[in-house]
Amino acid sequence: MSELRKTARVVGALGMRSIRQTFRRPQLIAPILVFPTLLLAIQTGGAGGAVNLPGFPPVQGFLQFMLAGAMMQSLMLAGNSGGIALAVDIEMGFTDRLFAAPIPRYAIVLGRLAGTAALGLFAAIWFLAIGLIFGAELHSGVVAVPIAIVLVTATAMAVGGIGAAIALRTGSASVVQGLFPLVLVVLFLSSAFFPNGLMIQPARAIAEYNPLSFVVEGIRDPIVSSVDAGTELEALLAVLGIAALGLVLSARALRHRLRVG
Amino acid sequence: MEGAATLPAWRANLATIAALMARARNELLRVPGAAIPGVLAPTIFFLGINGVFGALTQLHGFDTGTYESFVVPVSMLQGAGFTGAAAGVNLARDMEQGWVDRLLVSPAPRWVLLAGTVLAASARALIPATFVLAIALALGAGWPGIDGLLIAYLMVAAMAAVAACWGSALALRFKSQSAAPLMQAGMMALIFTTTAYAPLALLQPWLRSVAEVNPVTRVVDAARQGFLGAVTWSETWPGVVALTGLLIVLGAWSLREMRRTAV
Repeated sequence: MSELRKTARVVGALGMRSIRQTFRRPQLIAPILVFPTLLLAIQTGGAGGAVNLPGFPPVQGFLQFMLAGAMMQSLMLAGNSGGIALAVDIEMGFTDRLFAAPIPRYAIVLGRLAGTAALGLFAAIWFLAIGLIFGAELHSGVVAVPIAIVLVTATAMAVGGIGAAIALRTGSASVVQGLFPLVLVVLFLSSAFFPNGLMIQPARAIAEYNPLSFVVEGIRDPIVSSVDAGTELEALLAVLGIAALGLVLSARALRHRLRVG
Repeated sequence: MEGAATLPAWRANLATIAALMARARNELLRVPGAAIPGVLAPTIFFLGINGVFGALTQLHGFDTGTYESFVVPVSMLQGAGFTGAAAGVNLARDMEQGWVDRLLVSPAPRWVLLAGTVLAASARALIPATFVLAIALALGAGWPGIDGLLIAYLMVAAMAAVAACWGSALALRFKSQSAAPLMQAGMMALIFTTTAYAPLALLQPWLRSVAEVNPVTRVVDAARQGFLGAVTWSETWPGVVALTGLLIVLGAWSLREMRRTAV
């Protein structure tokens, strides 16, 4: 068996373990699915009148507008949960056993990220299904589905890279868990939940440059209007930027972890 | 020891409750980080909701002044919900580590053990409430007046007790910290399916129907009244009745679970 195939098998096995781990522990799955779904329902019901505000982009309803935000929240928390699980593995010595195994070290991180990406994929399908069940239309048609799935899955993996880097650097689950509020801050300071133009300063100014806003718009655009190549390209570039940051940080943190043990 | 043996039952019970509350306080002093999520989460929600949904006040029918004043009581109650649910998580942790077994073999009545947990949560909930309030006032929320402030704090303390009863009942039922998401999600649903984001008339029909029957809507209204205008008895008593009812129901449930818990 070639080296590449062997590594792919390791990544696949570790990714499957990561997914099973998440679905077996309510503490890990709840932030990814339960809380974003609950918040989607509450915000749609509570702030649904916002679509009547002057300056609100033309949408079929607030649920349609909010779907991208719910997906973003879910994938961000999937990245955070992946980091927590990796830190637990480090605390319990499981990662040390993997380091001693005859497998490439990067496969250990890639395995975790593959699991996070799969959870992102699941989240995208989950929220698209919820939207369709409760009457949201996909304005640009079926093409909105693959765009949302690709962007959500890729962003989950990219954000997971940052979570993994922090887990590898600190080796502490409680530190990674402590980032949970930060995830919410970053989300609130993007256009995930409201149009940028209607947000209050300074949130509006920050949201304008927040890379997550570009990703959100890339997911949202095909749902609420037609596909715009420029918006999708910006979203893709934002994902690549986050992924590059996660990659660099993970590589450095992995070297640090191998040094300190 | 002789003095302790001759202590009247009610005094011994009070001493036990005080000791359990002191244990919760010590935990807070010795692990300051433990209080941070409970304080940060409602604060971030307050800042986030205010920054994102602040423009809702421009809607026809939203006749309150600033959104900060409208949302701050919700964030204070949310902090109470988080703190109460955390009491349940801590109880589950204590069960996993065997500490609760030791309490159960003590001569203290079950309701006393529960009261210690619940009252500690009530007292602890004042920390996030005060933190959020200070930030809201700095950002321009209206001063609720002494009477409005006292009512808001009363609602926060009682809501934390309700949440602690809910969390404790679930902890005693599942005996595992894995039930934590259920404790938190339950409280989140209870507090946010009210007039949390907008007045009743502006809610979507399904949420309006839920908010109308959700007793916590009365609690939110009572806590909010001082921030939006004058404090009246007609806005206060429904909140008091709602919290009393919730405390009776959830308190009875958690006590039942406590009595069913064998060593």
